[in-house]
Amino acid sequence: MNLTTKISEDLVWSILKNIPDPEIPVISIVELGVVRSIVITDEVVHIKITPTYSGCPAIDRFVDDIKASFKRHEIPVEIEFVYSPAWTTAWLTDEAKVKLEKYGIAPPVENSEDKGLLFQGGPKQVRCPQCKSTNTKLVSQFGSTACKALYSCNDCLEPFDYFKCI
Amino acid sequence: MTKKEALINYCLRIADSSLILGQRMAEWCTNGPTLEEDIALSNISLDLFGQSRILYEYVSELKGGDTTEDSLAFKRNEREFYNRLITERPNGNFGDTIVRNFLFDVFCYYFYTELSKSTDERLAAFAEKSLKEVTYHMRHNGEWIIRLGDGTEESHEKAQNALNNVWAYTDDMFEMDTTDELLISKGIAVDLKSFKDKWFTTVEDVINRATLIVPNDVFMHKGSNEGQHSEFLGHLLCEMQYLQRSYPEATW
Repeated sequence: MNLTTKISEDLVWSILKNIPDPEIPVISIVELGVVRSIVITDEVVHIKITPTYSGCPAIDRFVDDIKASFKRHEIPVEIEFVYSPAWTTAWLTDEAKVKLEKYGIAPPVENSEDKGLLFQGGPKQVRCPQCKSTNTKLVSQFGSTACKALYSCNDCLEPFDYFKCI
Repeated sequence: MTKKEALINYCLRIADSSLILGQRMAEWCTNGPTLEEDIALSNISLDLFGQSRILYEYVSELKGGDTTEDSLAFKRNEREFYNRLITERPNGNFGDTIVRNFLFDVFCYYFYTELSKSTDERLAAFAEKSLKEVTYHMRHNGEWIIRLGDGTEESHEKAQNALNNVWAYTDDMFEMDTTDELLISKGIAVDLKSFKDKWFTTVEDVINRATLIVPNDVFMHKGSNEGQHSEFLGHLLCEMQYLQRSYPEATW
């Protein structure tokens, strides 16, 4: 089979854009920024994936979902993990950030990487996705999934997830 | 020793430390002092397991044959593990866990910072990824040490005891041998002595803020580079490897 003449890069990207993130189904794996590149050869489509967190349980789901989607289109794929450059929240598309907030997850706050050494991270304003107040507080650096922290709103008193900056 | 053999040793030391500490943290699952903390401890466990998998995969490729991530984790005996002694220390009370982890987190923070400059691309990429995760662990555990040390009389006493008990395993983290020498000469490995002062300064700063005292004149246990362990690793492996030992090749 000669894939290069049969399918286009646009087709490959459109298939990928229809695969939802297994844990946050409102955004696709492309919007999440984990799909780094695609290469179409004569025999197979190579897809490079960068996991968000090394222990993210969704990694295996990414692979299964990608394989299943391409199988439906009868396109053979090969998936490779790349760890450098390390995934960063800067790769989330702006569209994805809007979708996250609508879904109830506060998107990462720009230019406020939480990765400062020890206690130099400093305060930052995370907006409550429910009532949009910025009067919020960190409850725990670790939330329901590896990529999220737990916050609560001091105004509407609702707890919420924050997609933490890395 | 060939470069490949040294690289396998080197990767196992790092990956085994992550796996064993990850297993310790998994023991906390459903036993955390609060729900939020339970989730945090389990999250840390997941990060550590993920880190070990990346390097076990690399070791499998280097070794070839029928070595897999799973065979490395589940089919090696105690003396074939090279995890740092501090990582196998039992969880004890919450303070023991937090103090143990913090001392190791700070080590990892500086170690991965340096390792991300390795001439071995796989190790450098691994370090770059892991550094982001371990920074979160370090901050989380550092904040807890201050809360515990500068908390109630009881929490202060428990945190100080934790520090006194685990300090004897800190020098082992910085032990180097011919494996390190060979790889340092090729720009692959990190000279662990190069950041020991930074490690101490950061640790001391947090200990001081927590109104605790850095132990001194402590006998230092060593031996992880040769696979010599405390009595606790065997028990941990018994539990972790039970399923694969009793039902070989069992799958989901």
